[in-house]
Amino acid sequence: MKKRLTIFTLVTLLIISMLSLTSCKGDENGNTDAEADVIKLGVIAPLTGEISQYGIGVNNAAKLAAEEINDAGGIDGKMIEIISYDSKADKTEAINAYNKLRDQDNITALIGCTISGTTLSIKEIAAGDGIPVLTPTATNLDVTLNAPNIFRACFTDPYQGETAAVFSAEDLGAKKAAVIYNLESAYSEGIAEAFKTKYSDLGEITNFEGYADTDTDFRTILTKIADKKPDVLFIPDYYAKVGVILTQVKELGIDVVCIGVDGWDGIEADYADVAEGHYFINHYSKNDPSELVQNFITKFEETYDMSPNALAALGYDATKIMSEAIKNAGSTESSAIVEELSNISTDGVTGHITFDENGDPTKSISVIQIVNGEHKLAGKVSVE
Amino acid sequence: MTLFLQQLINGLSVGSIYAVIALGYTMVYGIIKLINFAHGEIMMMGAYFAFVTAVTIGMPFYMVLIVSMLIAAILGLSIEYVAYKPLRNAPRISALITAIGISLFLQNLALVVFKPEPKVMPAIIPKQPILIGNLQIGTVTIVTILLSVIFMILLDQFIKKTKPGKAMRAVSQDKEASILMGINVNRTISLTFAIGSALGAFGGVLYSIAYTQVYPTMGIMPGLKAFVAAVLGGIGLLPGAMLGGFVIGMIETISKAYISSQWSDAIVFGILIIVLIVKPTGILGKNEREKV
Repeated sequence: MKKRLTIFTLVTLLIISMLSLTSCKGDENGNTDAEADVIKLGVIAPLTGEISQYGIGVNNAAKLAAEEINDAGGIDGKMIEIISYDSKADKTEAINAYNKLRDQDNITALIGCTISGTTLSIKEIAAGDGIPVLTPTATNLDVTLNAPNIFRACFTDPYQGETAAVFSAEDLGAKKAAVIYNLESAYSEGIAEAFKTKYSDLGEITNFEGYADTDTDFRTILTKIADKKPDVLFIPDYYAKVGVILTQVKELGIDVVCIGVDGWDGIEADYADVAEGHYFINHYSKNDPSELVQNFITKFEETYDMSPNALAALGYDATKIMSEAIKNAGSTESSAIVEELSNISTDGVTGHITFDENGDPTKSISVIQIVNGEHKLAGKVSVE
Repeated sequence: MTLFLQQLINGLSVGSIYAVIALGYTMVYGIIKLINFAHGEIMMMGAYFAFVTAVTIGMPFYMVLIVSMLIAAILGLSIEYVAYKPLRNAPRISALITAIGISLFLQNLALVVFKPEPKVMPAIIPKQPILIGNLQIGTVTIVTILLSVIFMILLDQFIKKTKPGKAMRAVSQDKEASILMGINVNRTISLTFAIGSALGAFGGVLYSIAYTQVYPTMGIMPGLKAFVAAVLGGIGLLPGAMLGGFVIGMIETISKAYISSQWSDAIVFGILIIVLIVKPTGILGKNEREKV
């Protein structure tokens, strides 16, 4: 009896699902007008889990950007709809989400994925499909390689190092630079190497020193560096480590300007006094007086009751850039949009942006100085 | 020349902290032949006690130091009572594995209670460097070196002159004979753990002030280096631990300054291996060892 009931339920479910599927199809074919009025953009981001604040920032910002565009009349009268799926920072989940967006939701373009790992997992499929993909925040070099339809809005790790080198030499007029980096971190070492290569053409590298992840005493290395009297000291690492290093720089009374990278974001919370006067490179500055940036921050805070992080700023820019490309293309044809993306030249919250032949951005980068424990925009640098 | 002297001072400051932590290692080893792998974690807990007392109650440096050493001594006593005492007659490997267990337990306890983000230790010793000619010496360095030398002399006198100290030496030489002579062996061992743990906490407090951070895994590396220092100097010997600490600090500094910052840890541990091959009992070790 029980068995028959189960079979009956299953059959009923099957019939219902078939019916609903066919009705979907019918809708699609019959209701072309409604379809054409909406441009669907997919977002894949980690909305739950350890790094959910990254995904939430990107997703919220994408929705905010879409809302703004729709309020201003949409793209040639067509409204943008953001469809987002949670990747849970998992590669398989990201692929499932991508397939769903492509087959079920029929998206025009994809904003994502948010992190490098998940973006790489969908890279091959997306490259095969030719659908326009713009990742706001995947910094890994491989993401855009050999995939003409994949672009990114953020700068890559080596690009940060090069920008820091140019900023030190040209804006600060530094003739000698020292580098101290984390031996056990691919992020830190990659940026340090890029800085070294670029700076070697612009000035002299006095020291290139490494430390282990567990090291807490940097006095020996710093004393050695101080002896060479460099004008700047480049420290590409995350703020918790940098705080310890800067404390010892101050303790030893070394007179040097320190330069950092986006991992420094948040250093003013615990280390404002030792970080005072030093510079770091970031995706955008909250204190950038430009109207574009301030409008974004005000609106984001009003809508979501939280402060936008750098990832949110990039998510916002990515959505705006994609919409502009779709508008310029004048159609939802993938190849046309990709063509327009590669020709784009626009101002965003994170700076002026154009794409190179790989689909990586060539953009100005914000350099932030810690002044009175606050971020102050020291300048915008672009590297040719 | 100034540069070299400055680097020697840097070496002293690193070494003095290793030395203090190594003292605790070597005391416990001397008396019950146990390599107390939880010692680095006692140091970490000591740093957290200091952080809590300095931030919430706002005590001055000397009070912070005394209070966290006292709490750490009690912690050491309880660990000895719960984990090591029942294993007094078990094979030494059991006690060693228990020590590793305690070490992991304390790390995870700190992780749950204090969370993984590094806490910033307030500067309860002023950080202004003192200038001697062109040389810069941090106040933390001076305090660490002075206090660790004072503690070592006190400890040495305690072991040589006082009754509990003599009991310690007796127990380390022959446990059974000590019992026959009417020495309370259990109490003596407990006392050793209390003093060793207090010294660990002392190292932890200075370490956290010098390097501004307190976090659950902070005890691992200094603990390991201090262990190496104790072995290098001759494990079980107080002056050996002190000497070993300074030697390790110096080697580390000199190799970072003049050879390669990338290779310094490999050099430190490489030298340990060479010393152990050439002189397995350590620098000050003799064949018939005089123990704590």
